[in-house]
Amino acid sequence: MWPDERVARFVSEDFIPARVHVKDDAAAFKKYGEQYNAHWTPTILELDPNGEEFYRIEGFLPNDDFLAQLMLGRAHMDFKKGKWADAEKGFREIVETLPKSEAAPEAMYWAGVSRYKATNDATALKETAKSFAQRYNDSSWAKKASIWA
Amino acid sequence: MEIKFRHDVENVLKEAGEQNKPVILDFSAAPM
Repeated sequence: MWPDERVARFVSEDFIPARVHVKDDAAAFKKYGEQYNAHWTPTILELDPNGEEFYRIEGFLPNDDFLAQLMLGRAHMDFKKGKWADAEKGFREIVETLPKSEAAPEAMYWAGVSRYKATNDATALKETAKSFAQRYNDSSWAKKASIWA
Repeated sequence: MEIKFRHDVENVLKEAGEQNKPVILDFSAAPM
């Protein structure tokens, strides 16, 4: 996961990366494991600048899925901050660059929501529902978007 | 490119606030 060049670039450019090791940093692992309720490895947390968790990845993932999850977390952080344009851009980037990742249907859903939040135009939701008719139509996110059709 | 993970988590959290930058915190068992 981590040695992947795309992952390394994404993390190094957008985050301060920190690690606690279950054996080599046992005291820190216990301290922060209790603080963040992380008791299994690998657990990767995306924390906002205040140290509050905004996204969690548990368990190993292949490179594309791991990168997509990291990107998804970043976009969700923008969404929670009300940065709709940045959030939509981040979600759409996942669909466009990692379309076969497991995160892609969720990203397409939230891209539509982000557009709607920015514009208050329900057309954004209808278009998202139409997109799900063409791709990822067997995903749970397609079911969630079906109400918008 | 290699990710330069830091192990001084307390300082990282402090700097994150000062720099307004998010943090990746990896709970790992991988060989170091």
